[in-house]
Amino acid sequence: MKLNNLTIKKTREGLTNKQFSSTEVVNNCLEQIKKHDLNAFITVCEKESLEQAKQADELIKSGQNLPLLGVPIAAKDIFSTKGIRTTASSKVLENYIPEYDATVITKLKEAGAIIIGKTNCDAWAHGSSGENSDFGPTKNPWNEEYVPGGSSSGSAVSVAANMTIAATGTDTGGSIRLPASFTNTVGLKPTYGRVSRYGIIAMASSLDTIGHFTKTVEDSAIFLNVTAGQDKKDATTPLQAVPNYEKVLTGNIKGLKIGVPKEFFIEGLDKRIKENIENAIKFYEENGAEIQEISLPHTDDAIACYYIIQPAEVSSNLSRYDGIRFGNLRDSFGQEAKRRIMLGTFTLSVGYYDAYYKKAMKVRTLILEDYEKAFQKVDAIITPTSPTLPWKLGEKVDDPLAMYLSDVFTVTANIAGIPGLSVPTGFIEGLPVGMQILGPHFSENQLFRIGHFYEQAHDFYKRAPYES
Amino acid sequence: MNHRVIIGLEVHVELKTKSKMFCGCSADYFGSKPNSHTCPVCLGLPGALPIPSQQAIEWCVQIGQALNCNIPLFSKFDRKNYFYPDLAKGYQISQYDEPFCLRGNIDINGKKFGITRVHMEEDTGKLSHEGDSSLIDFNRSGVPLVEIVTEPDFGNAIDVKAYLQKLQQIVRYLGVSDADMEKGQMRLEPNISVSLDVNSKDLPKYKVEVKNINSFGFVEKAINFEIERQLEILKTGKLPAQETRGWDEGKNATVSQRAKEEANDYRYFPEPDIPPIRWTKEKIDELKSSLPMLPDEAVEKATALNIKVVDAIRISESVQVFSTFMGTAPIAAQHGITAQGVANYIINNKKMDVSGTTPAELVTEIVKLNKNEDVNENELRSVVQKILSDNPQIREDFIKGKNSVIQFAIGQVMYVIKKKIDINIVRKLILEELK
Repeated sequence: MKLNNLTIKKTREGLTNKQFSSTEVVNNCLEQIKKHDLNAFITVCEKESLEQAKQADELIKSGQNLPLLGVPIAAKDIFSTKGIRTTASSKVLENYIPEYDATVITKLKEAGAIIIGKTNCDAWAHGSSGENSDFGPTKNPWNEEYVPGGSSSGSAVSVAANMTIAATGTDTGGSIRLPASFTNTVGLKPTYGRVSRYGIIAMASSLDTIGHFTKTVEDSAIFLNVTAGQDKKDATTPLQAVPNYEKVLTGNIKGLKIGVPKEFFIEGLDKRIKENIENAIKFYEENGAEIQEISLPHTDDAIACYYIIQPAEVSSNLSRYDGIRFGNLRDSFGQEAKRRIMLGTFTLSVGYYDAYYKKAMKVRTLILEDYEKAFQKVDAIITPTSPTLPWKLGEKVDDPLAMYLSDVFTVTANIAGIPGLSVPTGFIEGLPVGMQILGPHFSENQLFRIGHFYEQAHDFYKRAPYES
Repeated sequence: MNHRVIIGLEVHVELKTKSKMFCGCSADYFGSKPNSHTCPVCLGLPGALPIPSQQAIEWCVQIGQALNCNIPLFSKFDRKNYFYPDLAKGYQISQYDEPFCLRGNIDINGKKFGITRVHMEEDTGKLSHEGDSSLIDFNRSGVPLVEIVTEPDFGNAIDVKAYLQKLQQIVRYLGVSDADMEKGQMRLEPNISVSLDVNSKDLPKYKVEVKNINSFGFVEKAINFEIERQLEILKTGKLPAQETRGWDEGKNATVSQRAKEEANDYRYFPEPDIPPIRWTKEKIDELKSSLPMLPDEAVEKATALNIKVVDAIRISESVQVFSTFMGTAPIAAQHGITAQGVANYIINNKKMDVSGTTPAELVTEIVKLNKNEDVNENELRSVVQKILSDNPQIREDFIKGKNSVIQFAIGQVMYVIKKKIDINIVRKLILEELK
């Protein structure tokens, strides 16, 4: 049995039933990491993870039961990990070793998880393909000539290629959902503030959300049970009750109202993807859901709005990297970071602030209102996650605007702060496709229920690259 | 007068909260080992986030309330972006267009001066230079700082000094800051300009900001120096440069530090890591009603006890002295000592540091002091005779009808005798000897 192919659920069952040990699971993952050179990891914590597996095995033997006990998890390399180098995939932080753990890392460790390594990503999470990493691009395991999507490229690939059981990610404009749809994994972008940002290297603070990649929707729910909740170290996490997300996977969607926004099914959307997603919607309809066409009229303005707010915050958030106390000097920033620092510095400057930033904030309110109106009519919205299939490595690197547009279906959720779940819906020409399920603030339970229902009937997660 | 002076003030006050503005580190850093009061938040490490201190925010609002400010129900923090080695994050968390307190006023020397705004921000680290290297101490990084900005309502250094003294007194009465200038807990920045157009109400097209002043006396000197310096320039028909200057104690002069042309564009924008602050009217009212007694009220209470206004002001300079005074007055009354007598004792005996002295002890001291010591009349008479022969002027003035000279003679006698004796006896003896 290939233990690295397991889900969180199955790993925990096997460990509890003493079918195998955590050490065996970790070893299988480490072997897989070595076997396929996809550049998914920047740091593999081989020694540490085996030590932790050993400890987990002891605890399991003594009857301990924790939600992630003995389960290897990979962390995007912008999650601070105490004593383990955290680079943000940038040369600036090439040698930076945090003195503290991000809240999510602490929670994962407390739940018994083993941090198997730190995954590659676009530097500072700036990008949609993974190619902006200063440590080289990550390859898509379904076809190594293609991008896996970004910015959480390594996390998506590590899960898709069974190098770990699950992985953390961050999503500021689509950085979890897009790579999830490109790699046949489940990617959750929670509601803004649902999961603490403390200790995670900030990209754009008002848009950053902390989520994860899993093989199944059920695993995504198990994972969120561990990471969600108010954190006294993050003032933007509200005191909002955390339901047991696993318990909502009822397999029942009768009477559910699902909205299909007409603005997402337009020219530029790959016809094959359109058909794929329409089939998924039809599946829900056939099983008792009520489908409604809806309108999100400000969708067109989202990318422009996003590319003003986001670089503005980026320019400020990257100011602390002055090379005085830690890290390398600012000339070590890559092209994309420099571009965003300049864009953001410009839009915040005296005389331009009102025309750009302030106006973008007004558009932001309009986009939020679009969703609020829509959710008065429907319980959830289904769209394609990406308008295109994964593209070839290098195809868009010289065209930043084309790259920015790949987030067109995902950014609105970040602008509005609502949750989104990308669920695999099959393959086109051997490349994965995903649908995006959106819901009102703090409706993750609903998204899981909807995603899980589809997954039960379409088990794409059972497919693994290199094995078909 | 052929010119008009326009002065506005920016004053920074460090709050004495237990913890820093945005983290749990102790804010009581003075004299501590460098970088011993730090954590990921105040060091600006990657991923760290600010958690605002409720205490600091409420104290900032109370300072505003003590200055009669309007407290908007919506407020927010902003980022002020600039690079400096002592600024850990590359931005300072401050408040830009929606501060906690707006449009207040304060009475100084019988005049009303406008308070533009009172806002909350964080302090920076501290740089020190040793030989070729520079060192940064982040102990001060993130200490809560309140900035109080006035309207350009001041026309002279005297009113400015009185304002600063009163502001210091107010924050001390509120118990929110020790405002010790030696420790950098209160920092003063006057903005000064001069106009030769005395009839116009317009502000001049330039202003000079003077920074790094650490005493009220230096503010006064710096302002007077600037008025003269700017007048000289204006008289030649030129406009003084808009710039930041510093007070140089050694030179007793202001020196140019930075021309405004090079000034930063701070690229303010709303701090995304801290949700906006929404007050309820009830909460604002509650903060207002929990304001402790303020200096003006203390002066009123003291004058109500029939003491001279000038003494009431002296006695109210510190809340500790005032409360001892108020506690002592009723006990003293039982011993036939007036409130004025208590005030006199505290002021004349430099008993301004009354900490550790209870009202009862103070009364005992006053009673003891008021009790006249017995003195041999012959001994006293010989002292009087000696004083009169040593100072023939006394007799001459007395003959000319200058009765006030008697008071001088009494003082001389009291000085020599060095005892607390009944001055009526001294007066009687002097008059006898003069006749």
